[in-house]
Amino acid sequence: MAGQSDPNLSLFSAEEVEFIAEDEMVEIVPNLRMDALNFICGDFGPFFPQMATQVPLWLAVALKKRGKCTIRPPLWMSVEKLTQVLEAERDSQRVFEQLPFHYVEISRLLFDHARDDIPDVYMVRSLVEDIRDVRFHKVETNLETLNERALALKINNLSAMEVNIVRPFIGRALQAFYKHDSPELIPDQERISDRRPQVANNAARRHLRR
Amino acid sequence: MASGSTAGTDDDYEALISTTDVELLKRVWRNEKAAPEILRFETALIQRTRGQIQLMEETIEEFSSSGIDPLTVSLYQMDLDRTQYLLRSYLRTRLQKIGKYMFHISNNPEVQNRLSEQEKGFAKRCTEDMERHLEESVLSKLPDNYRDILKQSIISEENDMVPEPQLDTFVVCKSRRFLGPFQLDGSDELLEMKPDDLCIIHYKSIKERVQEGEIDLV
Repeated sequence: MAGQSDPNLSLFSAEEVEFIAEDEMVEIVPNLRMDALNFICGDFGPFFPQMATQVPLWLAVALKKRGKCTIRPPLWMSVEKLTQVLEAERDSQRVFEQLPFHYVEISRLLFDHARDDIPDVYMVRSLVEDIRDVRFHKVETNLETLNERALALKINNLSAMEVNIVRPFIGRALQAFYKHDSPELIPDQERISDRRPQVANNAARRHLRR
Repeated sequence: MASGSTAGTDDDYEALISTTDVELLKRVWRNEKAAPEILRFETALIQRTRGQIQLMEETIEEFSSSGIDPLTVSLYQMDLDRTQYLLRSYLRTRLQKIGKYMFHISNNPEVQNRLSEQEKGFAKRCTEDMERHLEESVLSKLPDNYRDILKQSIISEENDMVPEPQLDTFVVCKSRRFLGPFQLDGSDELLEMKPDDLCIIHYKSIKERVQEGEIDLV
């Protein structure tokens, strides 16, 4: 359709979002002795048995898959902390609790590859899922209140996956409001060369509305 | 970089020292993917990354012939794969945009200057092929007045058959530092951003700031 940008060009796939999240740091406890790794993305190790160290998630998962370490789940991934977050999410209709930007992907990767390292994994998993649901529901309800032209919308504490899912919809909705709420800004071949009167027009109109 | 904790993000010097090229590449890759228009080619960064990739390829080869344990080698290989993926995806995203907006790019020196030398060559070949194709398949069969490749007909004053990037789209962005109130494009609305503030915003209003590295697209 004319005037509509191709969403495929600018969207991240779920795999790409996960790829981004795999660079987040986690703590592991290796069970092998290995020299320091001097990667393009940074230096990690050296590794000694039973000595905790920080590595990116992808490296942690790779070592875990080969049985070479245990992963220490991040602090926020405890039943106690998540219960608090869930309650707070339910209490407030507007505000989103602060969770890591990649909490969805991190928890998913850890559930898939390091279940045995997470205490109360079933409980933790269902809490994370509940939190996701509550938050998505909140995003949806908040979207309903979106009803006028805005050039910017703060969405603090929304996570990467949540952003990725709502992006096409909110983006297009705002774009539609932007266009339809300002008829003089619709690209019109006769008028495009002549911007000045448009600006004046716009200002006058906005004034009227207030 | 993108974790929930905000510590350290406002300390520029600190960030500059501790930022690896991979992180920088990841940032420009995300910006490039999320921006509607083509951004400036990161010549120095891409050159450095290419060098590092080559070095790593040689190192891995050396490792595997000198009997270093296979686990270590495979971990190095994973690191290499990730970097290569980023680089390829970055370059491909740009090629996609060039393919899409080739006429816009070739008519617009400012945009053209954002391309690397190879990309300029690619854009040129693309444009020529497309022109020839349209010429042969359609335009040569139309009446004289409608034969221009860039215009609907000769009475059009402007090039109205050129697909252009939509700068009026909305993008999601994160601020890297404190940004004092700045004006949003074409309105009297002001916006202030704190470090790590997440925002859906009219692209045109922040496009310079993206290029300057003050704001990241996510």
